[in-house]
Formats: sequence, structure tokens, C-alpha cells
Amino acid sequence: MKYLDEYRDGEQAHQLAREIHRLTTRPWNIMEVCGGQTHAIVKFGIDELLPEFITLIHGPGCPVCVTPLEMIDKALEIAARPNVIFTSFGDMLRVPGSTTDLLSVKAAGGDVRIVYSPLDAVKLAEQNPAKEVVFFGVGFETTAPATAMAVYQAAQKDLKNFFMLISHVLVPPAIEALMSSPNCRVQGFLAAGHVCTVMGYEEYPPLAAKYHVPIVVTGFEPLDILQGVLMVVQQLESGRAEVENQYTRSVRREGNQPAQELIRKVFKVVSRKWRGVGEIPQSGLGLNDLYAGFDAEKKFGLADHHVDEPAECLSGLVLQGQIKPHECPAFSTKCTPEHPLGATMVSSEGACAAYYRYRRQPAAAGK
Amino acid sequence: MCLAIPGKVESISGEGDPLTRMGKINFGGILKEASLAYVPEVKVGDYVIVHVGFALSRVDEDEAHKVFGYLKQMEELAELEDDETKPSPRRDQP
Amino acid sequence: MPPASEFSLNCPVPISQYPHVLVAHGGGGKLMHQLIGKMFLAALHNPLLETQHDSTVVELPGRKLAFTTDSYVVRPIFFPGGDIGSMAVHGTVNDLAMSGARPLYLSSAFIIEEGLPMDTLWRVVCSMRDAAQRCGVQIITGDTKVVDKGKGDGLFINTAGIGVVEHEQKITPQNVRSGDRVLVSGDLGRHGMAIMAVREGLEFESRIESDSAPVHDAVLQMIKAGIEIHCLRDLTRGGLASALNEIAEASGVRIEVVEKSVPVREDVHAACEMLGLDPLHVACEGRFAAFIAANDAERALSILRGHAMGAGSAVIGRVTEHSGPLVTLKSALGVGRILDMPSGEQLPRIC
Repeated sequence: MKYLDEYRDGEQAHQLAREIHRLTTRPWNIMEVCGGQTHAIVKFGIDELLPEFITLIHGPGCPVCVTPLEMIDKALEIAARPNVIFTSFGDMLRVPGSTTDLLSVKAAGGDVRIVYSPLDAVKLAEQNPAKEVVFFGVGFETTAPATAMAVYQAAQKDLKNFFMLISHVLVPPAIEALMSSPNCRVQGFLAAGHVCTVMGYEEYPPLAAKYHVPIVVTGFEPLDILQGVLMVVQQLESGRAEVENQYTRSVRREGNQPAQELIRKVFKVVSRKWRGVGEIPQSGLGLNDLYAGFDAEKKFGLADHHVDEPAECLSGLVLQGQIKPHECPAFSTKCTPEHPLGATMVSSEGACAAYYRYRRQPAAAGK
Repeated sequence: MCLAIPGKVESISGEGDPLTRMGKINFGGILKEASLAYVPEVKVGDYVIVHVGFALSRVDEDEAHKVFGYLKQMEELAELEDDETKPSPRRDQP
Repeated sequence: MPPASEFSLNCPVPISQYPHVLVAHGGGGKLMHQLIGKMFLAALHNPLLETQHDSTVVELPGRKLAFTTDSYVVRPIFFPGGDIGSMAVHGTVNDLAMSGARPLYLSSAFIIEEGLPMDTLWRVVCSMRDAAQRCGVQIITGDTKVVDKGKGDGLFINTAGIGVVEHEQKITPQNVRSGDRVLVSGDLGRHGMAIMAVREGLEFESRIESDSAPVHDAVLQMIKAGIEIHCLRDLTRGGLASALNEIAEASGVRIEVVEKSVPVREDVHAACEMLGLDPLHVACEGRFAAFIAANDAERALSILRGHAMGAGSAVIGRVTEHSGPLVTLKSALGVGRILDMPSGEQLPRIC
């Protein structure tokens, strides 16, 4: 595949790694924000090519992982209703709520369907006028243009049976919350390349200046991530703290204007609770008043409630980069992809799932 | 975080309304439709990055090749140098 | 002996963890193996069942027979490159081939949903007839049941097969040993992606056709040439990763796969990237993995490559001298990682 496979070349990856080795003179902690980057790092073993001085800290950029427990519970309640077709991206199906998950609701008879695009859910609503079709809108800014378009088109078609359960989250407030935490050890960031494809990177210079951290907008393939790390290290070694763009083939400074316009048209910024992290003000998107009629929470009259996470689940600390997955006592013992305690073990981009799939040593094996 | 992959625009339909403009995208031999609403400048033959059925950007082919140019430069530089590069300590396998 | 659980003795996962059966329990991955171990093997245990191979070899006076069964619930019934009928014949023939048996006779049981068009049934049956002819087997007994509309999803087929074992090799997971080379008989992931392409909600246009095909002739040719075969495994649900993990667990070995050597067609690779799937986890239907004694590997490869069914064969890894059970993968970057058994049903990774 063009513009994909050539960024996975082993020899050139080693070349970039050698350059990083050459430049690194002291320890640095670098966070990759996005779950897709975490997944690539663990899957390709990119961190193992880096000098010991460089520690990659896995960030909270997995929207499945940070969707609050209460939101999952609301999804489960709606999905179990008899006249509802509940649609979602595949990853959300096994995320545990307080007592069950969407897959189990499906097993028990709920009409739960995986869709590739939010527009497929709109189509389902058109094809099933007697049913209520709900789409679970989870994701960062990358997905917001798609969900915005779905709601916009539903309004244009005057659909009365289409609703969206929105749980969009925004990256810059999360970075700010992380950096302002006293335990934060992050000295440089690889910003999320596809989020910035949509939003551009004009929100980042104030963050870079305020916390004196280099921020490099980075892609998702091994050469992208290695080049992003190289650019961060170059800045760190020379004491700079600027915003740079590694992923220039996709990201422009101003981002995608038509997409931002539609997001503004349909959504408003709201405060959101991040699973494992807590409430971060102004860190999410919700439907604005013009499109409130499509809001599933309003439609189904779901009250807010508070739920506690299982005590053993340390995904919050993992999401904040305080611990690595294998440092959690429940990792691969009580908590596995088959019976996960938290979302970071369920989502294929969650750090715990990535470590479990690619790094853990089974109990029975010798080393 | 979001799974978005590059593909080539093979054909475009719905030219009337920019918001309903759709493209047939070729991903390594697989064809799938995606909305081109957010990339009005894209033409047939361009490459786009697609996420959940929406093209989010046009791949800038010049920029795409830059890292390989940089790597080539590095390689040539390394060949000119007399000293071997001294790597810093490597991480062990887990 | 039940399969070793990777959850370890610290966490005995009770079957009541899932009071209802999930689709994932049939996915060919960890949940399915858990179900088999804790439900079927636990209740039905006997040494023959516990070999847990694609088919089981029974010794009778003067004869060794291989016996197997499989059920086919594929949706849609007709897909690019095949249908439920031809699959039902090829799949069972291939399971027999995995013991090195020459397939002879099949049974075929139909569970038909009320309302299925006769035309559809006729097409499927003709396809089975043609497949049986191609494979040189006869369908000699069967059964027909019809269930109420809404209780059967169109058509389910079960086939059982008998073959005769005419060699002295023990082709079972327990025979795998350090130094063995791992071969695959062709490029991976075609069947799974052919199905995904026509699955509702995910449709995409492609030229990917299922690789459903009989492989027994290629296997028998290797046996005839005196190749020392330690194990064979049909690559179906759960793909290569599942098959290798099953074998590693059954034999306690460590298997190392080299990612660059694994053949995957570009469009299958692209479809996997699009859906966020790993080609090593995707189902095949006419492919097998072979564990061959190190000094016979080159010869085995050339025999396979010379056969129509094995043209894309490749050596993809080896059994190392380290202890297992474990399957590892050397990535394109040269870094090692675990190649895990897939977890449950393959959910397209979207977001």
C-alpha cells in the first residue's frame, strides 16, 4: 500500500534509530499521545530500537479507553431496549460497563450492530423507520467530522428516528491536565497526527511555551514515530520547546477548515469525565442546542449517575503514564482481554491490551 | 488514534453539492467509497487519508518523500565520516 | 489433559463468568479454546479426543483410519470463491489430510430453515457434488432436518469424514520438536477477507476470493516422497496465529515466525489495514501449516510449490530450542514480540 508500507522499512527504521542514539546524551521522557501510536510502538517494537535513555510514556489517546463508565452504562441501557438498533464502532463492543458489555447485551437479544462509518447508521435509520437507531459517537477530534456529518445529514433528511450518544473528547485539554499534574514526568510530546489533520496545530504553541515542552505532530508508522522522536530529542538536547510537524504529508498548520466548520456547526465544547483520569473541564464535545433533538441522552431520559471503577483497575495510572501495564498487579492475572477490569485492556489500542498481546510472558513459559 | 489509511481516488460522484461529494478510493486493490466533503480540492488520482468513511486530508506527495530524502542525506553523510558512530546504551529485550 | 490455561493458577476463570454463550466462543480464539477445555474435554475426556488434532487416527486390526467432523455456518451462503457446500466438503477433506490420511467417505447432515428457496439448496448441493468429485470422495450417508422460520438462519451443514492412513508417521502436535521448520502452503487471509468484503455494514469491492480448496493431494505427495512430517494443521478460524498457538500448547514448544516471510497478498493486506485486523489472525480455508524435520524442509517446499494447491508456499519460521509454550514473531523491524492467539471474534478496529 502506497504511503503506508514504505514507512515500515526495517533498514531505514534502524537508520533513524542510530541517529537518535548518536544525539541522545541524557535521559528523556517522551509521551506519545495517541493510542494508535502506542499500538504501533508495541507491535513493531519501536521502543526497543531506542537508546535506554529514552523512556516512551503511553498517553491517554485511546478514546475507547477514556469513555467514562457511566457512558458505557447508558449505552448498555439503550441497547437493551426492544425497539432500538444500537450501532457502534467495533472496539466499543467489549468495553466493560459496571455489570456487562455491549457484546453480552447482543448475546441476550439486543439489536447491536457494528458499523464502519456513522453514515451507515444514518442509512439504517432511513431503512428502518419503525425503529430507533442510535449511534455511539466515541472518539477524539479525528472522528468528530464524521459524527458531525451524520447528525447534519440526519437533520437535512428530517429523520425522526436517528439519535447519537456522544462521548467525544479533545486532546489539548488532556495534555494541559497531564502537564499541570505534580506527578507529571513528561518532557516532550508526540502529538496525534490524525487529530491534528483535522484540527491543525495552532492550539499547541501556548502549551509548549507554558510548560516548556517540545511538541512534534507525528504520524503512525514506524518511520513516522522514529522521526518524531528524533525531532523531539533534537529539541530536548538543544533546550528548545517548540511545536513542529513531522506528519507533513497529512497535517497542515490550520488543519482541515471545512471539517472544523461542521464541527462548530453541530457541536459545542463541554466538560467531560475521562475514565481513569477524572473530569477535565472543556475537554469534550456535545451536541449543541440546534441539534439537541438528536441527543440520545435527552431522548431516552437517562439520568447521570456515578459509578466507581473496580478497585484493582489501575488503568487511570496507565492512562496518565504513571505506570506501565505490566507494573499493575492485575495485569495478565485477573485482568486479560477475555475478562478485562478496565478499558485499557479491551481496546486494541489500549496500552494494557497492546502489552498483553505483544509483550507478556505466559505464566507457564520459561524465559 | 484513529485508524486512518491512505488510498487513491479512482472516481468522484455527487459533484453538485460539496457536502455529498463521494469518491471511490483504492486502498492497495480494495475499493471503498468515502465522503470527500472535507477535501473539496481533491481530484481523481490524488491520494487521501480516510477515517471511518471520510477523507480528512489530501496526501502531499512532496512532503511524503521528504523523510526518505533526509535518510538518504544521513546515509551519505555517514559514509563520508571517518569515525564509527558511538551508540548510547541499548535497551535489553523484555 | 485440558489445554494449559495462560491465565495461570492464580485466576481460574469460572465458566460462569459468561452465563451465556457468545459469538466469540466460536471464533477460533482463546474463548473458544476455553469453552472446549472446560466444557467438552472436561466432560468427554478420553485419550483419543485429547490429541486435539484436526482429525483423529484410530487403529483397527490391520487398518488405521482417520475420523473427523466439522459444521459450517458461514454467512453469506454464497461468497466470492465458494459457498457453504464446497466449503463443507473441502474443510472436512482437509481435516483428514492433516493426519496424512487419504480421504474416502463423507457424511452430510443438513439443518435447513423453513423458507429457504429450493433453488438455493439445489445450488449448494450441486456445489457439494462437484467438490466431492474433485476431491475423489463420496458422500455416502446423510440427514435432513427443517426448523421453523427464524430458528435456523438459512442453512447449516455438518460433514463428518473417514480416511485411510497409509503411512507410518505420527502426524500430531505432540510430535513437533526443536529444529522443525514451519511452512505454510500459500498466502494467508483470503477467506476471511472475502467474507468481510460482503458482510453487511462493511462492504467493500475487491477481487479477493476465498481460498477454499482441497489440500489432501499436496499432503499425500509429500508423504509419498518420504518427507518427515511432524505435524500438519489446517488454518481456519483464528488464522495462522491460532493454529500455531494451539500446536505450541499441545506440544510445549516455542515457535518463532519471521514476519517478512509470511506471504500475504497486497489486497488482503490492504483490507486488513482498513479494518484494523492482523492477517495472521484471519481465517483461511485452503491453507495449512506444516512442521517438517529440518533436513527435509527444502524438499518439502519444492514439492509443495510444484503442486497447484501449494504454489505460494513458504518457510515462515522454526521451532526453537527454548521452552514454551510460546509463539513469537520477528517484526519487519527485526524486533521480537509475542504472536498471540486472537481474542474472541475479530472486531474490526475502527477507532
